[in-house]
Amino acid sequence: MSTGLIFAFTGVLLFVMGISGVLLLTHLLRRILAFNLMGSGVFLILVGLAQRYDIPDAVPQAMVLTGIVVAVAATALALTLTRHYFTLTGRCDLAETEDG
Amino acid sequence: MKKLLVLIAGLSFAAILGTAMFALESTPVDLRLEVSANLPLSGVDHEVTAVLLNYRGYDTLLEIAVLLLALLGILAVMPFDRTIAPPADGPVLPILARPAIPLMVIVALYLLWAGAFKPGGAFQAGAVLGAAGVLAHLTGLVPGWHRPRLWLRSGLAAGFAVFLCVATATLGHGAFLEYPRPLAGALILLIEATLTLSLGFCLSGLFLLLSKGEGDKS
Repeated sequence: MSTGLIFAFTGVLLFVMGISGVLLLTHLLRRILAFNLMGSGVFLILVGLAQRYDIPDAVPQAMVLTGIVVAVAATALALTLTRHYFTLTGRCDLAETEDG
Repeated sequence: MKKLLVLIAGLSFAAILGTAMFALESTPVDLRLEVSANLPLSGVDHEVTAVLLNYRGYDTLLEIAVLLLALLGILAVMPFDRTIAPPADGPVLPILARPAIPLMVIVALYLLWAGAFKPGGAFQAGAVLGAAGVLAHLTGLVPGWHRPRLWLRSGLAAGFAVFLCVATATLGHGAFLEYPRPLAGALILLIEATLTLSLGFCLSGLFLLLSKGEGDKS
């Protein structure tokens, strides 16, 4: 088992932890954090699988580099929306819908 | 009940994906060979930079667009009269920041230049520049973020604008974002330099616009 594969397996675990968090947690800030954990898991899988062999593959590495910046931007936007939601409604979790 | 369901689903998903990754054979298309075979034509000497700005340039173009869009979204949601974080009190931060900021700018320039032949490039340089921007604001050295003027606004948009101009200008040459071969290195350097500036501004903007002023109730 190469180092890259260990990274990829860690990525799978992080992804599962993240998606469980998104599904189970109700506080919006924790959900955003869990969503970031999911993203980090995907990045680790991409990078880990890319260096299973001796020479690392540059294409997934470049995509992860792009993904990190996009994740930062999306997190910042999500945080702003969460804060605005808190200012408007005074709550940090999404309201339960009757028909849901 | 929901917890148990999510736990079982998550563990089985991890097991399936893990098994699939173990069984994964070498890919039918080996991009590593393609990347290194075409490296002399790309205008830079490092694979990741070549992929980011030449082979898959549209990824980077859309990425800076997403970053700009996120910043615009934050500005749209932000109350009009809100204040952003005031300069920090106390003498320690300004004294430490004054020598640190020029050094950070030099490190950013080095990272930008190093991207052509070793790990580095616009993103890493932009991140360092963004941190320097945050530091400069927190110490009150550059108070521009309170009321963004023309320079700051054009700095935010410059990376995307220059990239789009280059993409449009080279459109007649062949495929989308296919640079003319003798100019490839220079064009990539131009794009990377403006990208660094814009990324730095955008990242410090994301931080500073999210930070809260004293008189802000939210």
